[in-house]
Amino acid sequence: TLRLICTTTPVQRKNAGASGPEKYTDAFIKKQIEEFNLGKRHLANMMGEDPETFTQEDIDRAIAYLFPSGLFDEQARPLMKHPNEVFPEQRKIQWGEDGRPFHFLFYTGKQSYYSLMHETYEKLLNVQKHQDQLIAQDLPLQKEKRNLAGSRWLTKIELEEMLVEKVSDDDYSRFIQLLQKLVALPCADIEEKYIQKFSKEVPVQLQKVVIEPLQYDERGVAFSTGEGKRKTASATAVVYDNGTGKITVNGTDILHYFPVLQDREQLLFPFQFLGRIGKHDTVCTVSGGGRSAQAGAIRLATAKALRSFVTEKEVEFMRQAGLLTVDPRVKERKKPGQEGPRRKFTWKKR
Amino acid sequence: DDKLLTEPLRHPDFFNVKELFTLKDLFDARVHLGHKKGCRHRFMEPYIFGCRLDQDIIDLDQTMQHLQLALNFTAHVAYRGGIILFVSRKRQFCHLVESTARACGEYAHTRYWQGGLLTNAHIQFGPGVRLPDLLVFLSTLNNVFEPHVAIRDAAKMNIPTVGVVDTNCNPCLISYPIPGNDDSPAAVELYCKLFRMTIVRAKDKRRHSEAAEELR
Repeated sequence: TLRLICTTTPVQRKNAGASGPEKYTDAFIKKQIEEFNLGKRHLANMMGEDPETFTQEDIDRAIAYLFPSGLFDEQARPLMKHPNEVFPEQRKIQWGEDGRPFHFLFYTGKQSYYSLMHETYEKLLNVQKHQDQLIAQDLPLQKEKRNLAGSRWLTKIELEEMLVEKVSDDDYSRFIQLLQKLVALPCADIEEKYIQKFSKEVPVQLQKVVIEPLQYDERGVAFSTGEGKRKTASATAVVYDNGTGKITVNGTDILHYFPVLQDREQLLFPFQFLGRIGKHDTVCTVSGGGRSAQAGAIRLATAKALRSFVTEKEVEFMRQAGLLTVDPRVKERKKPGQEGPRRKFTWKKR
Repeated sequence: DDKLLTEPLRHPDFFNVKELFTLKDLFDARVHLGHKKGCRHRFMEPYIFGCRLDQDIIDLDQTMQHLQLALNFTAHVAYRGGIILFVSRKRQFCHLVESTARACGEYAHTRYWQGGLLTNAHIQFGPGVRLPDLLVFLSTLNNVFEPHVAIRDAAKMNIPTVGVVDTNCNPCLISYPIPGNDDSPAAVELYCKLFRMTIVRAKDKRRHSEAAEELR
């Protein structure tokens, strides 16, 4: 059979599988919305409820009651949702009755993405023109630096959601490069609003940590609590002000609880670092783990408690010294076919 | 309605496109400058006036004639409500061409040309798409200095083409070639201005004629 290929007035071939997904006109969607609203009122009537205040959850419950289905696949069960959710945005037909497409970049295939690039490039040209004007008038260019640390660009998936069409990796990277070029210009403050559409705030991790204020007991002495973990040991420490440098662990003095010098050194390290050796009293409770693990847990707990007594700068110093970091090392599991976590069985040649 | 369509075809220059440009305008916009002798395409030799210090100079008299024919044709297409697609693969003028197309109310494609855009349109866009009725090339070559795929595809789909051909381009498959410079910003701005003015003029004339018909 002959197939007509080279004609400008297209002849529709009755091959249902060849064409892509079905497209919907605007009028069709409007009719569907009307039918949906009418159906919603009928359903409310049937269930004996008020048609004005019939929400989507009520509709779902009503449908589940009227059409009980034993099908396992959720998507195969009867459904009544608003047409905007049922008919995806992308499949609307993009041209009018006379056949002329609505968007001027329709014939490129990726109209939203390319129109976005076009707009961004226009902003770039605008900024360059403004810069040239300022240079011509010998005015100084603005040098207010944007806060680069607290913001990130949109991810590829978020961009796809924004444009309602697929974006490839290359296209996404090109768009981000264009945005970075725009931001790098000195006079980019003019287009700040446009750039903010594509950047998101990233809360800096440090700001989330809240240092608790000092508490005061019956005698009027300031104290603060801290918790620490190391391997399987967990400890709580209460650090009192105006003390003599005494440290009590589980009711006993550290000299008796930790006979080894190394463990006592670990406990004293936070005080030594801040230069407050003879100034604080400490009362700790610790359980679990071994000798060294308990010492490490108490060290972390005292360092956390000391944050309340000390300035923010010194807290930053403590953090950089590693006093406030939880040690993530735990015992590695043994694997089958090996003698230990890393040690393999002795290799015998024969 | 029939009279509206047949009336313009009786006059050789119904839209008076000759007054839009003069030879001096073309010369000032550096349209006559071609590429070096080594880049010359064999089929462009009839359009070349001469060669000075190894650089080809395009014959502006021929350019005037070709430009008049091309603008007349675009005006007729726009008058009849045809879809015009501006194509150019020059990165410098991508923004300019897209803005021109948007100002006219027509369409532009200055990005990477996907293979089946014209030939496989029903599957790429959906059934019932209307293809462009005219392709206007502001630059016939693509980024690797080869003839643009759209020329061949338009010829396959029986779509007429208007194109600015430089001394290193192949004017064969283009229905209304315009020998001229496609690299200078001044020249391309002149072409964009001319196309925009013709299309706007043709559309205005159509609206006036329809209004006049309705009044009767």
